[in-house]
Amino acid sequence: MKKDIILCGVGGQGILSIATVIGEAATAAGLHLKQAEVHGMSQRGGDVESDLRLSTEPVSSDLIAEGTADIILSMEPMEALRYLRYLSPGGAVITASEPLVNIPDYPDRVALLAEVKALPDVTICDISALAKESGNARGANMVLLGMAAKRLEIVSPAELREAVARVFAPKGEAVVAANQAAFDLGMDAAEKRRI
Amino acid sequence: MDNMKEGKRLLLGDEAVALAAIDSGISGVYAYPGTPSTEITEFIQKDPLARERGVHSRWCTNEKTAMEAALGMSYAGKRALVCMKHVGMNVCADPFVNSAVTGVNGGLIVLVADDPSMHSSQNEQDSRFYGSFAMIPVFEPSCQQEAYDMVGRAFELSEELKVPVLMRLVTRLSHSRAEVVPSGPREVLPLPVSDDRGWILLPAIARRQYLKLIDKQPAMLGLSEEIPYNSLTLTGKGGLGIIACGIAYNYVMEARPEVIGVLKLSCYPLPAGKIRALAAASDRILVIEDGQPFVEHEVKSILGADYPVEGRLTGALPRTGELTPDSVGKAVGKPTYRHFPDALNISARPPQLCPGCGHRDVYAALNEVIADYDNPRVFGDIGCYTLGALPPFRTLSSCVDMGASITMAKGAADAGVHPAIAVIGDSTFTHSGMTGLLDAVNSGADITVLISDNLTTAMTGGQDSAGTSKYEGICTGLGVDPVHVRVVVPLPAKIEEIKQIIREEIAYKGVSVIIARRECIQSLKRHNAGKK
Repeated sequence: MKKDIILCGVGGQGILSIATVIGEAATAAGLHLKQAEVHGMSQRGGDVESDLRLSTEPVSSDLIAEGTADIILSMEPMEALRYLRYLSPGGAVITASEPLVNIPDYPDRVALLAEVKALPDVTICDISALAKESGNARGANMVLLGMAAKRLEIVSPAELREAVARVFAPKGEAVVAANQAAFDLGMDAAEKRRI
Repeated sequence: MDNMKEGKRLLLGDEAVALAAIDSGISGVYAYPGTPSTEITEFIQKDPLARERGVHSRWCTNEKTAMEAALGMSYAGKRALVCMKHVGMNVCADPFVNSAVTGVNGGLIVLVADDPSMHSSQNEQDSRFYGSFAMIPVFEPSCQQEAYDMVGRAFELSEELKVPVLMRLVTRLSHSRAEVVPSGPREVLPLPVSDDRGWILLPAIARRQYLKLIDKQPAMLGLSEEIPYNSLTLTGKGGLGIIACGIAYNYVMEARPEVIGVLKLSCYPLPAGKIRALAAASDRILVIEDGQPFVEHEVKSILGADYPVEGRLTGALPRTGELTPDSVGKAVGKPTYRHFPDALNISARPPQLCPGCGHRDVYAALNEVIADYDNPRVFGDIGCYTLGALPPFRTLSSCVDMGASITMAKGAADAGVHPAIAVIGDSTFTHSGMTGLLDAVNSGADITVLISDNLTTAMTGGQDSAGTSKYEGICTGLGVDPVHVRVVVPLPAKIEEIKQIIREEIAYKGVSVIIARRECIQSLKRHNAGKK
C-alpha cells in the first residue's frame, strides 16, 4: 500500500508542521516514507509545496510523478489548483476555502472556488473559521490535517491524533489539547463538507 | 510491514550528513549559511553529542574562511567538515584547489549542496567539475542512508589517501526526509599535528606536491572500480544501458524500465572499467545525472565518438533544471501521464518581502529619492532584499554574486553613472562586501552604499551575522569619512528622514555609507517567542 500526498500552501502557513505530524505517525507505524520539503527563498510568502510519500514498501523517488498523487492537501484554494497535474484519476483534493491574497492579480474568487468545487473528489472548508471556533486561531493547519485524517488510510485517525500529541508535547499540555481540538473539528467538518 | 529498526531516525539528507560527521568524530564544522546546505551546520549546533564533545560549529564569515579553518583543523590532526552551497565553491576555490596539493592530515570532507533548477540560487553550476579540477574523489549519495554511510567512508578515505574528499548533494536530497539507521558514534581519534613541509606551497615544494597528487590518481580510480556505491547490474545483452548518477538512480528505480543494465554511479573519478563493461553489453547508453552533463562528456571520451551515448546533450533529457520522475520516466521509455488539465484560475505567487520588514522601508524611501534623478542605478546583492527587484519596488538593476553591489556600483560610477547606489545586507557585507568598499575608498569612488542591517542572516532562516554591532567601525576603519557613515531606522514613520539622508549622501562626492538598522521581523518573532 502507498499514499502519495502533495502538501501545499503559501510560505508561512505551516505546511511543514502538517508534514511533521504525518511523518511522525507514519514512522511510529513502521512505514517507509520520503518527504521532499521546500526551504529558502520560497518560504517568504511564495507558493510552497512538499511531496510526502508513505508506503509499506521502500520508497525510491523523493518526488511524486505527474498523474499519481492520491491526495492534494492545501492550505489555500488557488494553491490546490496549482498541482492538479500531479493528481491521479481517482485522487482527492482536500483544501481550505479562504483565499490568501498577497498578489495583485489573484483570480476572481467566485470562479476560482467554482473551479475547485467542480473537481471530482473535493473536501473544502473554511479552516480559519474552524480554527477560531476551536479556540486555537493558529491551528488552521491542524484543522486541515483533521479533514484529511480518514482519507490517508495508510495511517489511522487515532494514530494521527497521537502523533499531534507527540509533536506538540514539548510546547506543553495546553498546546497539545488546542491542536487536538482543531484536529477533531477538522475531522467532523470533513464528514459534512465532502462534495 | 517492517518493524521499526532500533535507532531509526527520520532525517533530511543534510541532517544525515551532519549526524554522520558527528558520529565520525569530527572536531569542527565550518560553514557560511546557504540554501540548501544550511541545515547541516544547524543540526551540529544543536546535537547533544556534538555539544558534549565541544565540536566547533560557529558560523564563519564566508566560505573561504570556512575552508581555510577546516584545513587548519585537518593540519592539526583532527577531522573537519566544511559545508556550503554550490556557489560557495567559487568563493573558496583558492584554498579548495590548493588543499588537494597540500594534502590533508586529519580527515577533511568538503560538502557541497548543488541547486539544480535554481530553487534558491543564481546558477546551477555542478560541483563535480570542481572535484575533477582539483583531482580528488567525489562522493554523490543517492539517498539519505547512503549520505550517512558515505561520510564515514569519506573520512577514512581522506586519511588513507591524504586528500580532501568532495561530497556532493543536490537540493532534493538535502531537503528531503527519509529514514536513516545510524551506525553510532566512534571516538574522536586525533592524529599528531602535521610537521610535513608539503603544506608550504612555495613553487619548489608545490611542484613536488602536485606530482604526489598525480601519483595518488591510480588509487582513486581503483577505489571507484571497487567501491560498492558504484554498482553495475547486468541482466542481458543488446539494448539500452543506463548510467544513473546520485539521486537519478531513485528515479530509474521508480520507473522500472526494461533495460539490460544499470550502472549506479555515486563515486568519482569515473570507473572506466565498469562503464566499458556496461557498454560492451549494451547497444547504447543513456546517462542520467542531476546538474550539468559532466558524466555524459566523460563517458563519450571513455567510449569514443562512435559509441552512442545519450543524455542532456542529445535532448534525451532536458538540458537544464533538476531531474524529475517525469523527465526520467520519459527518457527511459516509461512516460508519466497527466489526468487533469491545467487550472484556469491560477496566478504566479512569487516570494516577497514580509509585511513589516525593514527592507520595505529602505526601498520605499530609495524609490522616492531616485525618482528625482535622470539616470539612477541601484545595484543589488544576495539576500531577502534581492526581492526589491520585484514588484511593487522594482528598485534593483542587478544581482550577481555576494558583494557585487558595491564593486559594480564603483565600476559604474567610474564609468560616469550617477547616482550609483549599492544595496547590500549586513551578512553579505561582511561575507564579501568589505574588500570592495576598501577599493571604493582608495579610488575615491562617488558611490552611496546602503547597508540594510537586519541583525541576522535572514534569507537562510536567521543565523548569526558576523558583523553585528561592528558596521560603523568597519566602515570608518576602511576609511569612509565618519561624517558620511549615517545610521537610520527603517520604519514607515521615518521615511522622510531617511529620504533626506539619502539625498545628502548622494550629493556628497565620495564614498558614503547609510546603515538602515532594524531587526528582521521573523527573527524578532522568534526572539519574542523564546522570551515567553
